[in-house]
Amino acid sequence: MSKLRLAWRKSLNGVMLTLTGVAAFAVVAVLFVILGYLIWNGGTSLNLAFFTQLPRGEGETGGGMANAIVGSLKLLFLAAVIGLPVGLLAGVYLAEFGGKTFAFITRYTTDLLNGAPSIVIGLFAFSVAVLPVKHFSVMAGGVALGVMVIPITVRSTEEFLRAIPNSLREGAMALGANKWKTIATVIIPAASGGIITGMLLSLARVAGETAPLIFTAFGNQYSNTGWSQPIASLPVMIYTYALGPYDDWHRQAWAAGLVLLALVLIANIGCRLILNRKGSARSI
Amino acid sequence: MASAAQSKSVTKFAPHVRAAEVSSAASAKEAALRFQISDLNFFYGPKQAVFGLNLKIPANKVTALIGPSGCGKSTFLRTLNRMNETIRNTRVAGEILLDGQSIHGMDVVGLRRRVGMVFQRPNPFPKSIYDNVAYGLRINGYKGRLDDLVEHSLKRAALWEEVKDYLHKSAFALSGGQQQRLCIARALAVDPEVLLLDEPCSALDPVTTAKIEELMFQLKDSCTMAIVTHNMQQAARASDFTAFMLDGKLIEHSETPKLFTTPTDPRTEAYITGRFG
Repeated sequence: MSKLRLAWRKSLNGVMLTLTGVAAFAVVAVLFVILGYLIWNGGTSLNLAFFTQLPRGEGETGGGMANAIVGSLKLLFLAAVIGLPVGLLAGVYLAEFGGKTFAFITRYTTDLLNGAPSIVIGLFAFSVAVLPVKHFSVMAGGVALGVMVIPITVRSTEEFLRAIPNSLREGAMALGANKWKTIATVIIPAASGGIITGMLLSLARVAGETAPLIFTAFGNQYSNTGWSQPIASLPVMIYTYALGPYDDWHRQAWAAGLVLLALVLIANIGCRLILNRKGSARSI
Repeated sequence: MASAAQSKSVTKFAPHVRAAEVSSAASAKEAALRFQISDLNFFYGPKQAVFGLNLKIPANKVTALIGPSGCGKSTFLRTLNRMNETIRNTRVAGEILLDGQSIHGMDVVGLRRRVGMVFQRPNPFPKSIYDNVAYGLRINGYKGRLDDLVEHSLKRAALWEEVKDYLHKSAFALSGGQQQRLCIARALAVDPEVLLLDEPCSALDPVTTAKIEELMFQLKDSCTMAIVTHNMQQAARASDFTAFMLDGKLIEHSETPKLFTTPTDPRTEAYITGRFG
C-alpha cells in the first residue's frame, strides 16, 4: 500500500515537472517561431532600399518603407514628449506623496487606462485631435500613442521608486534636504536605470500599435516633414501591405514586421544591459 | 487605561529620574548643556512610545541610550532632529531645547544641519564617495571650495587615507565599515554641533566597531554625541553618560561608570546584568 502510494507520488511529481517544463518551453518557442517566421519571409526583402526608398506605386516591385520608418520615429518622439513627463511625475506622486484615497483612485484609473482597448484610445485621439482640425495628422497619432505610454510609465516609475530603500530618503532628509530635493537628487537618480527601462519598454510597446493610428496618423504614400499632415507608420504599413494583392507587398510587410520586432527586442535587451550595469555598480 | 497606568508609573519613578539629573548636573558642571528635554511624550497614532521623558545632554560628551528593543530609545533619538516628522500620523508633546531654543520653533532644515544623524545600516547614496560627502554642502548651497571640505570631513571620519585615491568611485565599492564611516563623514561635512548615532555599529564587525568608537572619542572636541546602542560594553566603553530606557520611560540616567557599577534602580541592574532584554 505504502509502496504503491510512494510510486504514485513519484510519478505525479514527474508528470507535473514535465508539464511545467513543457509550458515553459512553449513560451520560449512562441517567440522564436515568430522570429524565425519573420526572418524566413521578410529577411530577403530587408535590403538597403527598404530603409532608404519610398514605396513604389501599386503593383510595382521594389521600393522601401523609409517614410514609414521615419513616421514611426516621429510618432514615438511625440508619444515620448506627451506621455513620459506626465507618466514620470504621476509615478513620483504615487510613490512618494500619494495620500490614501486619491492615490488609490489614481492607481486604479491608471490600471484601467492601461487595459483600455487601443482602438478606444484611438477614437479618443480622433475626437480631440482630428475632428476639430478636420484632417489626420502626425500630431493626432502622437496624442493617441502618448496616452497609451502614460499608464505603463506611471506604474513602472512607481514600482522602481518604491524599491529604493527608505534609509536613503532618511539619509538625505537628515542632512537637511526637503522632500522634493531628496526625491530629485537622491531617489530618482538611484532609480534612474529602472525608470528609463520602464520608459523604453512603454515606447517599445506602443511602437507596434496599429489600431489607434488608422484614424489618427492615417497613413501616407509619401514622406513629409511637418507635424500636421497624415504620416505613414510601420504597423499601419504592415496592415495595408499584408492585405494588398501583390506578393512584393506581402514580402515587405514581413520585413516591416521583422524591423518592428527587432526594435522591441533591441529596446528590451538594451534595458537589461542598462539595469545590469546599474546593478553591478551596486553590488561591487 | 494602559496609558493612565503608565503615566502613574512615571510619577512613581520620578525620584530616580531626579536623582539621576542631580548627579549628572553636578558632574556636567564644567560642560554646557546642548539638549534639554522636558516632559517629552511621543505618539505613533494612538500608541504612545515615549512617556514624560526628561533628559539633559551635555555638550562635547557622548551620551549613550540603552534599553531593550522597542523601549523607545530610537524613537526618542529621532525626535531630536525631528526625523519622526517624516513618518505619517505621529505626534510629539513636550519641550526640546537646543542651546536654549525650542527645536520645534526652528526651521527643520537648519535644525538638521546642526544635528546630524548616522543610521543603523550604512546608507550611502548611490553616488561617488566624493558626491556623498559633498551632498549636504551642495543642498545647503555651500559656495566655498568643496574639495577642501570633503577632504577635511573624510579625515575627521578617519577614512581619508583609505579612499583618497578613489574619491570618484561608487560609494558601494566600500566595505560596510567604510560605508558607515563615509556616512559619518557625510554628516560631519555640514559641521553639525550634535551627532545622533542610531545603533551605528550593529551591522559591523568588532574591528570596525572599535574604529568607530575611537572616532567618536576624537570627535568629542568638536561635537556632542548621542548614541543608541544594544551593546552594553559599547555604552560602557564609549560614553560619558548613559540613560537606561524601558517601555518608553527613562528609568535612570547618570555618569556611565556609576550607572554600570552602582545603578540605583533594580530594573537597570537587572538589564545591565543580563537578566532581561
